Amino acid sequence: MLLVNLKISRVQLLARKRQTIIAMLGVTFGIAMFILMISFMKGVNQFLHEVMLSSTPDIHIYNDFKADQSSSITARFYQQDSHKLVIVHHLRPKQINLGLKNAPGIIADLKKDPNITIISPLVSAPLFFDYGSVQVGASVDGVNILEENRLFHLKDKMKSGQLENLLNTQNGIILGDMLASKLNVVPGDLVTLNAPSGTQGRFRVIGTFKFGIGAIDAAKCYVNLSSLQQLLSKNRDYITDIRIKLADNSQAKVLAPILERKYGYKSDDWETTNASMIASDTIRDVLTFVVSFTLLMVAGFGIYNIMNMVITNKMKDIAILKAQGFSGKDIVQIFLSQSLTIGVFGTTAGLILGYLLSYLVSRVPFPGGDIFSLKYFPVLFEPKYYFFGALFGMLTTLLAGVTPAIKASKIDPVAILRGNQ
Amino acid sequence: MQQEILKAEKLNKYFSEPTTFHVLKDISLSIKRSEFVSIIGKSGSGKSTLLYLLSTMDTDYEGEIFIHDTKITGLSEKALARFRNEHIGFVFQFHYLLPEFTALQNVMLPAMKLGKSDIKTIEAQAMERLRQMEMQDFALKPSGKLSGGQQQRVAIARALINNPSIIMADEPTGNLDSSNTARVFEIFQELMIQGNTIIIVTHDQDFAKKSGRIIELVDGCIK
Repeated sequence: MLLVNLKISRVQLLARKRQTIIAMLGVTFGIAMFILMISFMKGVNQFLHEVMLSSTPDIHIYNDFKADQSSSITARFYQQDSHKLVIVHHLRPKQINLGLKNAPGIIADLKKDPNITIISPLVSAPLFFDYGSVQVGASVDGVNILEENRLFHLKDKMKSGQLENLLNTQNGIILGDMLASKLNVVPGDLVTLNAPSGTQGRFRVIGTFKFGIGAIDAAKCYVNLSSLQQLLSKNRDYITDIRIKLADNSQAKVLAPILERKYGYKSDDWETTNASMIASDTIRDVLTFVVSFTLLMVAGFGIYNIMNMVITNKMKDIAILKAQGFSGKDIVQIFLSQSLTIGVFGTTAGLILGYLLSYLVSRVPFPGGDIFSLKYFPVLFEPKYYFFGALFGMLTTLLAGVTPAIKASKIDPVAILRGNQ
Repeated sequence: MQQEILKAEKLNKYFSEPTTFHVLKDISLSIKRSEFVSIIGKSGSGKSTLLYLLSTMDTDYEGEIFIHDTKITGLSEKALARFRNEHIGFVFQFHYLLPEFTALQNVMLPAMKLGKSDIKTIEAQAMERLRQMEMQDFALKPSGKLSGGQQQRVAIARALINNPSIIMADEPTGNLDSSNTARVFEIFQELMIQGNTIIIVTHDQDFAKKSGRIIELVDGCIK
């Protein structure tokens, strides 16, 4: 019974090949664009995410110093008399310790948490390189280079030199590649660093790194923790920042405020630090879905139009079929199966075309790949996008086909058959 | 006494467009097995309307219709479709074949819908029906390529494929020239001789005279 309906459906579809193919192409392009857009956008998102996470720890604990009114000298003189109003302009801190008090204690405590996989303590200081007669500013990070490597995969980012050599060199330094070329040094050369206090240190260049983020590559360098502590004339417990990596980085938002309360130091999670990046992720996602949805809607209307036209042309045939004993349900089956056939073939072709286009884009060299560490346009190949593409394609054609099919089933054969008399 | 195959009781039918119009007035009739009945009347007398009521396609009427002891009035759309498929063969004025299909496929479709035999048997039966209409040579031609008279013969073959209890035809010769008209009438007479029940609406007096019984409608009443 269903078989004869399918046969009628097939014969009619094949009898108007051009119309059928045009309707299919609508779906094909809609689905292909959906696949291409979502694969590319998600690829971009993932790339930016990786870049972002490559320089952002999950949680960053640091001393966010504020001018502390309670220790202001004015209070000592005027606060006893509540009738006097004291206004202090431009309050400045006096003698502030930038380091975290009891840093070793905090680190030991953090190590007990099973969610925390990597802890990298850091001394960070803005220092100056001597470059002839001028001074070049840089942010110098004193780190345990092995922990830092675990945190940010530094090894993959080394442009020259060996990371491990920092450990067995007395005063070694690893420079960002743009900073190194600015200072005109190559590995093996010596550079001079000046601390605000006036002390100087000579460091030997071990190697250069490249994150693919200009702001980092032009202004950052790594030295051993102890070297920097020494240069700044601090003791071995002096730590300014602690960076943490979690087993599951989605927990960062929950854990950061807990750590902040527990230790009394500012704790930023990566989502807060990169809020603008995450907002643009969301915007790209929304854009992808809006554009894809529009394309599929247009394809859907194409099918709807063509099926309506077909049914208007086929009124007589529908009347004949009904006169011979085909019920309204049979008519719905005949015409809905035509829409679905268009949907199945259109969607399948769309998935294939979408894959091919995505593949092509993923082989296009990325312009400006020197600045970003990116050779080709980033494209993600995820089976679930293809699954959603297929789902959307079928859903669209089903929705577009239902109304015309029901309209066809409601046709009164008597009115049509008598119409010619 | 021959067996009664179709019975209509007090059929009343109104058209509401453009104004309310009483088309059929208290029509009661009875048709026996193997009768060849012609329904004649002037244009607008309601003869086609009556045929469409009897064919179960038009359900908007008052009164009752029985075919084969089954009360047709009030059956669901689906049940009526099934009933038409099995018991009624219909021939239209304008042949009305499905243009995408071959003559043979057109004949086979109602049988495939009925689904009582396998495709091989149906095909053999359809060929046999076409042979009966002397259309076997055109079996594999697209129906759109056939002449009017040929199409009507295929349409008759299609009406016969499920061995219906009643064959109904609405002006089957209305669109044909005289030689084809004669051929179609011959076919209907052969069918009657074979024991089929036939109801034909026509305005062709000569054609009607050759049938077994004439029902004439005048202004919605049987004369």
